[in-house]
Amino acid sequence: MSLRVPSALTPAGTTSNGSGSEGGRSERSAWLNAVDRFGDYWMLGVFVIMLLVFGLLSPSHDLFTRASWLNISQYAVEFLLLAIGQTFVIITGGIDLSDGAVLGFTGMVAGVVMQGLLNSHANVTLTTVAGFATALALGALIGFVNGYLITRLKLPPFIVTLGSLTAIGAGATPLINGGNEVINLPSQIGTIGQTLIGGWIYVPVLVAGLSCVFMGLLLHRTRFGLRTYAIGSNGTGARRAGIKVDNHLVKVYTLSGLLAGLAGMMVMANFTDASPLAGQNDELNAIAAVVIGGASLFGGRGHMLGTVVGTFIIALLVTGLVLIGVSGSWQEVATGVIVVAAVAGDQVRLRLADR
Amino acid sequence: MSLRSDEETPDGFPETPVIAVRGIAKHFGSIQALRSVDLDVHKGEVVGLIGDNGAGKSTLVNILSGALQPNAGAILLDGQPVNFTSSLEARRAGIETVYQDLSLAPDLSVWQNIFLGREKTVKGPLRYMGWLDRRAMVREAAEDLDRTHIRIGSVNSLAGRLSGGQRQAIAVGRAVSWGSRVLLMDEPTAALGVEQQETVGELIRSVSSHGVPILLITHNLPQVHKLADRVAVLFHGRIVADLRCSEVTVDDMVSWITGAALGTERHAG
Repeated sequence: MSLRVPSALTPAGTTSNGSGSEGGRSERSAWLNAVDRFGDYWMLGVFVIMLLVFGLLSPSHDLFTRASWLNISQYAVEFLLLAIGQTFVIITGGIDLSDGAVLGFTGMVAGVVMQGLLNSHANVTLTTVAGFATALALGALIGFVNGYLITRLKLPPFIVTLGSLTAIGAGATPLINGGNEVINLPSQIGTIGQTLIGGWIYVPVLVAGLSCVFMGLLLHRTRFGLRTYAIGSNGTGARRAGIKVDNHLVKVYTLSGLLAGLAGMMVMANFTDASPLAGQNDELNAIAAVVIGGASLFGGRGHMLGTVVGTFIIALLVTGLVLIGVSGSWQEVATGVIVVAAVAGDQVRLRLADR
Repeated sequence: MSLRSDEETPDGFPETPVIAVRGIAKHFGSIQALRSVDLDVHKGEVVGLIGDNGAGKSTLVNILSGALQPNAGAILLDGQPVNFTSSLEARRAGIETVYQDLSLAPDLSVWQNIFLGREKTVKGPLRYMGWLDRRAMVREAAEDLDRTHIRIGSVNSLAGRLSGGQRQAIAVGRAVSWGSRVLLMDEPTAALGVEQQETVGELIRSVSSHGVPILLITHNLPQVHKLADRVAVLFHGRIVADLRCSEVTVDDMVSWITGAALGTERHAG
């Protein structure tokens, strides 16, 4: 028999906040606001410094060319789409380790579906549409299952999505099409990837940009977004305010999966093939971008613009290091260092705020 | 209303109590937390609920706020029996609880906290996306706080950046702005400094002067003596005394809480 001990039996007045001297409050607030503001904008400064350093170090200032922009933006699409969904997830205080694996898996399944339709002489446009529908629906489904397991079985998001990452990325994806790339795709897929708008924007970049704008508005201007913050900031309080926290979390993970499916299609368009290797380790870049962008892994904080800047910091880092001739391994080291620095900065900020 | 006859209490309140507790009992397994508790709170009244740890204060609060269901007894709201299966139902009926932890989201602004869970959306097609009517909520939040004489610099400040007293004020302001009929406050000043306790005291008086009765659950006897009109003393799951603060001293309260007064005076209830 389980006894519920009335909370009257526990000592009252043990909340941690608000005690101590209140004398220097206004002074402290000004200082904290400055810290906050710095915390919100430091990555913009880092971005500008990186631009200058790589720009000056690169031979004949290659960084400031159209070709270099096209290269960086095309590279960024992949984890920008993942980072958008990841932003919502991290703001709720969760994490989605599976989105890179979902990217690869949905791309492969959509590729096989389209290949099969083409082989049976289906209409090319319809085949393309079917490919998109497959990837988006499959991504959303995997996200839904993640969210369902997290909320209904009360499992930590880290464990559930790590399980999905392993089961899908290492398990299911290599089984599709015998682990081979799918090359026989509708011509539209290649057209999407290669079409330049105004000479500066590839279609996948535009898709990622529009997704950012839409999801940014959803996050910062709507009830859904506000509740996303509330859940990450104080889950119990959100529940007491009448928010259906579990349902909301399921929606957030579903959204993350849906965007990973879209990313799967965009990566396919970039390379005009579906590869079982697509998306590997992308989840780390996406998480890094979100954290660099000012989100807290403890939830409640983050913004879409920060995620965009964070994404471009990573894309610039990788491309810039290539331009100045640094080897691939060092790029990984640099990314790792930046992520740890961003999380450490977040910690310092929290500790200052707690004092 | 059937309970009009139970008027003209010795305290001279003419109207039906806003909230009336009748014979509430609750046990957890073999532990009898509450045994037939009766309690009335009238319009505009501040009633303190005091008692030692384990006397049943929190159990009673949890029952009133809908978090727990009693094994026996009834709760009457304006004379009508009510039955809550969740805290949301209690809140919908007009019983607002300001929890000890205040339930604020530190990363949200004051107005966002006030409107959380009942956000206003714009009119027009964007409302299907849940587009927030930020301007209306900012304005109304400021008005709500003004009405209860709560002074916060800006309703756009983050709740986590405010002092303990200000946070308490926002939690109270939010509860009042939800249109509550009765306010339960659980240890409202436990975490506050002396000066801020003073501010919360003013807040409590201001809210009750607007007609919203307050049930104040606290350990702080000097404060409850100063703020409350009456105190109800819980002892071993029973209300053993209903004292008018103007007629007793803090030492009297202590002797009721510890049960010492039970030996010298006749048992109540």
